[in-house]
Amino acid sequence: MSSDNSKSQGNSEIVANNISKSFGAGPFAKEVVKDCSFSIESNKLTVMIGPSGCGKSSIIQLIAGFEQPTSGEITMNGVPITGPGKDRLVLFQESALFPWMTTYDNIMYGPRARGEGGKESTDLADFLLNKVGLEAFKDKYPAQLSGGMQRRAELARAMINKPEIMILDEPFRGLDHMSKELMWEYYAGLYEEDRNTNFFITTDIDEAIFLADRLLVMTNLPTSTRKVIDIDIPRPRKIDDVADSDRANEIKTEVMTLLHEEAMKSFSGGSKAAADFLEAYSKRSG
Amino acid sequence: MSQAEATDLGLKIGQAEVTGMGLTMYRMSSWLKSPRPYLMVIGFAFLLATWYFTVEVWKLPRFQDMPGITEVFSEWFSKDPYYGLSIYTPEYYKHILISLRRIAYAFFLATILGVPLGLFLGWSKTLREYIFPLFEVFRPIPVLAWVPLAIIIFSGSETPVIFLTFLASFFATTLNTMLGVESIDESYSRAAYCLGASRWQTFKHVVVPGAMPYIFTGLQISIGVAWFSLVAGEMVSGQYGLGYLINTSYMMIEYPKIIIGMITLGVIGYSTSALVRLAGDYMMQWRVRELALGDN
Repeated sequence: MSSDNSKSQGNSEIVANNISKSFGAGPFAKEVVKDCSFSIESNKLTVMIGPSGCGKSSIIQLIAGFEQPTSGEITMNGVPITGPGKDRLVLFQESALFPWMTTYDNIMYGPRARGEGGKESTDLADFLLNKVGLEAFKDKYPAQLSGGMQRRAELARAMINKPEIMILDEPFRGLDHMSKELMWEYYAGLYEEDRNTNFFITTDIDEAIFLADRLLVMTNLPTSTRKVIDIDIPRPRKIDDVADSDRANEIKTEVMTLLHEEAMKSFSGGSKAAADFLEAYSKRSG
Repeated sequence: MSQAEATDLGLKIGQAEVTGMGLTMYRMSSWLKSPRPYLMVIGFAFLLATWYFTVEVWKLPRFQDMPGITEVFSEWFSKDPYYGLSIYTPEYYKHILISLRRIAYAFFLATILGVPLGLFLGWSKTLREYIFPLFEVFRPIPVLAWVPLAIIIFSGSETPVIFLTFLASFFATTLNTMLGVESIDESYSRAAYCLGASRWQTFKHVVVPGAMPYIFTGLQISIGVAWFSLVAGEMVSGQYGLGYLINTSYMMIEYPKIIIGMITLGVIGYSTSALVRLAGDYMMQWRVRELALGDN
């Protein structure tokens, strides 16, 4: 796959400027995102981490254009985002492979839908199938694949479209730890292949540090950006190296501390998820 | 290769590809090995024995006019039937064929009209606002209540029966198709839009296949209620047909023919349902494989 980086003009591809978002009707509206500003830089893998249920998925809805911010503005290359577009491709939490299509047809869906199902796309599909280790399963239906394989197929289905920015919403949630690490390696490999702009949301600190070029640590509900950390660990990374790296552990401690503070705040506000996090944190550092 | 992947492969490789036919055969052979078919035989035997004893042995008071099992079966398989109806008489097959033909017309019409209507009702909220309340009012009206109108509106004896049969099928098909569209997880259409599909492409590639399992459930219900309404229709109008056979045999006091007609209805009705199910398995290979991983 040739790297086509000509499209990266500016440094920040997506800029969120003081956005807020409420859900719900009238007096029952709940503010989920509040005065939140951040940027997603071109040709970098930006990871957003925050306590679960903090409103990260709402931010994805906003960037994808499925929802509009209540106030503030999100721009892409300087142009406000007003609706979904094929320049931004979202990989959702839940598997959305079409159960009625084989792995191969799922991967080829995007190109075919746009009438670009020619040789270039089929070659790319074969390349990606190989890259995610699914060549032997190209004629299987999603139900015949394991959870990890489904997520890989979905990665390939998204990447074949070479979106200007790829948005991933906790894509590996619910996988067991071993499959998860395998997914990190597959995914990081795919990202390093052409270094497109990627925006990745997670609640898993190890995942965030292993994958990220830039890490956005979010506050609890209503969410805003707490801190931006550059993860300056050289690529390509190996799981074991990162686990042993002092720098990674330093970042991890910092992020844990930040998230702990956020959890404390919302625990006093009565959040059950925060209570769980606090318990885990005290066990870990105790 | 990592261990997780190796487990993946171990699970999946060597597993024979499941096809509709293969699955049917497999289910058949495991069914024969299970106690279920023998329980079924016992169930049937119990029914037939009850029939035999109540009518022919004990001669219970209210059962004296009821035809006995020996009378029915000797009539049914007789080369020279006393009441003129057996598997050797062409008239028997004429009843069956005429009923089947009516079912075929009605079911075909209900499907080609009901499936698209259901798809659009499920898909377009506006269309649903217009049409669904009408549906809710018309659906509970029993087919029998439509009989007079059917006879007034349609000429001849054939079209009213087909119309009545069609009616119940049409409601079942349309409603299930609509429910099928509503049952589709929104993430599929979002994914399709995200991948650059147009609204029409999303309809073709997500809505139609996604609703397919419900559509076939609807078609199975539809063929069942089609037989139900057909018999109702044939009892009132029409010449020939199994419902007509049952009703006229009653009028002519040829009681064994009633039972012959009833059993024939049961067997043919079941066969048409089975055909619809097979067609569904054939059209939804993905579904067959999904289910093959689940049960058995």
